[in-house]
Order: sequence, then structure tokens, then C-alpha cells
Amino acid sequence: MSTLTVSVVTPDGPVLEDAFEMVSCKAESGELGILPGHIPMVAPLTISAVRLKGEGKSDRIAVSGGFLEVRPDKVTILAQSAEKPSDIDIDRARKAKERAEKRLQDKQADIDFKRAELALKRAINRLDVFDNNF
Amino acid sequence: MASLRDIKGRITSTKKTKQITKAMEMVSASKLNRAEQNAKNFVPYSEKIQEVVASISQGGGDASHPMLEARDVKRTGYLVITSDRGLAGAYNSSILRKVYRQIHQHHTSAEEYKLITIGRIGRDFFRKRNMPVDMDITGISDQPDFADIQDIASQTVQLYTDGEIDQLYIYYNHYVSAITQEVTEKKVLPLTDLNEVKKGATSSYEYEPNQEEILEVLLPQYAESLIYGALLDSKASEHAARMTAMKSATDNADELIGDLTLSYNRARQAAITQEITEIVGGAAALE
Repeated sequence: MSTLTVSVVTPDGPVLEDAFEMVSCKAESGELGILPGHIPMVAPLTISAVRLKGEGKSDRIAVSGGFLEVRPDKVTILAQSAEKPSDIDIDRARKAKERAEKRLQDKQADIDFKRAELALKRAINRLDVFDNNF
Repeated sequence: MASLRDIKGRITSTKKTKQITKAMEMVSASKLNRAEQNAKNFVPYSEKIQEVVASISQGGGDASHPMLEARDVKRTGYLVITSDRGLAGAYNSSILRKVYRQIHQHHTSAEEYKLITIGRIGRDFFRKRNMPVDMDITGISDQPDFADIQDIASQTVQLYTDGEIDQLYIYYNHYVSAITQEVTEKKVLPLTDLNEVKKGATSSYEYEPNQEEILEVLLPQYAESLIYGALLDSKASEHAARMTAMKSATDNADELIGDLTLSYNRARQAAITQEITEIVGGAAALE
């Protein structure tokens, strides 16, 4: 079966580069599944998990602030942060979640509210990817 | 002539200083290596994002976004990257001098510009001169993560989006080599010179959902990545500048120790000669 080269790049360096058979992710407009031979495409991703399936292996990556560039034989995910489950700092994510929840309950200025909401989303996403519950 | 003990004291203290500068030189050398590595890690991301941005802004004719268009300049943002600590030669002073001169040339009142500083030295410099610093961040680690500056980068970009500033310049030391760093002024926003980036290797894409919405997400990220790139560049420069400064400090200490040892020996000899003369004189008086 043909494969896609998937590379995940962040400002802190490449996170992953490997061949997979299918990429599924959540773009701003909805779920996307990409198989080899897809037409060139660009789409922004939500704060979510990217799932990669290959021959007898599968991988998950928690991304935030990213987008996806697709070519027929290559998928590049550019994200401000991207982590494999093994790289996730689970304590930090838990603390970030608590902090964000607290801030959301306090309800101050609009900007703070928006940022707290994003922080909460990122923390929940990391926890989900870590625990593998979808 | 200074007494023997004075000279000896100065030699010892210079030797101690030399040990410190030598240690700092070696620490900076290893930090420079890591900083270079970080800058290298960032290259794939920046190249890719540049490629995609360029291909979108060139590809479709109808793609437009406030960040791509120059508007009348009422207020200018200056993002100045300095270090937190000194002892880095002319690293900070050359940047600050340039920014200070720029601001005084182009602006008459504090209303016309906004200052954003990264690093303690820059913040203190402008505060001392009563220039308002709108945002600042200090205590960035020597090996910064993108997350460390994401807040200030996105807030800076937000200032532009909100119309608080109409253009954004970034000032930092560009790392040329371990001994050369160049003060660089870069215009980050609006992104008007995109079309000059990489003409050839673009491909046409399908956009999901459409170009405008992608630009909405992509351009702020691109601007933030430019800021992060500048930070990595300037961190490498900082370590290089500190390494060079410490190296010349060590060399100077060596020279000073040489000079002092010479005058110490002279003074010692003079003292011995005098003592002998005194003894001989005393013996002669007894005869």
C-alpha cells in the first residue's frame, strides 16, 4: 500500500518525520482524512489531536495553532506546538487546566477570558492525547 | 613606587578576575553552540511557513488581508531585543543607540510610537529616559522555547490588528559569525515584501475553507515566527558577543598580570639592593 511522508514541524524543531498510510485531523471546517494522492491543499487546524495510521503502527500528536499542507505524497503539519504522548508534561497540563478553569470562573476582562479559554482547550487536548480517549 | 604588598595584592585580584572571565568565556562558548543549534532547528519551520504564505499571497488574486497592506502610519511599534545581563561588549549599547536615534529622528512625541522590549537592559534604558515601554518581557532563558515568547509575540501582532500601531519594526543583533554581529532593523508588519520571497518553487493549493480564512490564521503565525526567529538570532549573537568580550577581558588580564609581575620583581630587587647597601654601609661605619 502506498504511503505518505508525514512531517510535523514546530519552531522548536521537527517533532516527527515518518511514512504513514492515513492522516486524520480536525481542521477548522471539520474532520479531515487524508490518504496518499490527495490534491495539494492548505487548511488551518484546531487545537486537537492529529492521528496517524501506518502499517501496524499508529501515532497521535497534540497540536495547537497549526495548519496542514498537503501534497500528493507528503503532508506537512506546521504548528506552534506539537507533542507526542510521550513528550507531554502531564503535570504541567493538569496545572494549566486548573489555572485556566479558575481564571474562567473569575471572569475579568474580555481578552483574559479569551486567552484562558484557549489555554483550557490546549490543556484538555494534551490530557486527552495523553490518555488516548477520543 | 607602590609597595611590594600592594603589587602582590593587585596581582592576586587580577588573577581571580581572570579566572572568572575565563569561566564566563567557556560558558558562553557552550551556550553559543546550543543557540546555534536552536536557530538551526527553527529553519525548517520558518522556510515552510514562508513558502506557504508566499504561495497563497501570490497564487490567488483575490487574497487580501490587513496585514498585507500598508496603511497610513500614525503610530509605529518598535520591538527591541536586548539581553538581561551585561558584560557582553557593545551588544546592547549598539542596538539601543540605533533605536534611540531612530525614534528621535522620526518622532516628536511619545504618542507616535510604542516600545516593546525583550530583555532587562533595553527596558531599563528606555524607562530611565522617560520613554514609555508598553510591553516588556525579561528573564527569557538562554535556550528559549517558542512558548516563552508566544504571549508577547501574539500581543504585539494583536496591537497591529487592533490598529494601535500601523507598522512594526524589530531591532536585534544578527549573528554573522562568532566575532561579528550586526545590528539589524527589520520591518515585520505590514508584510509588504512577501512577493520578493522565493518566486519559483510555489505550487497551487486547494484552500479549505478559503484563502481569506487561512490568511487570517496563517499571517499572525507567520509574524510571530519572524519575531521568534529574530529572538533566536539575537540569542546566538548575545552569547557570541559575551564570549568575545570575555576573551578580550581574559587577554587583558594576562597582559596586566605580566606588567604587574615585572614591576613586582623590580621592586623586590630594588628592596634587596637597598638592604645590601644598608648592611654594607653599616659595616663600613663600624670600621
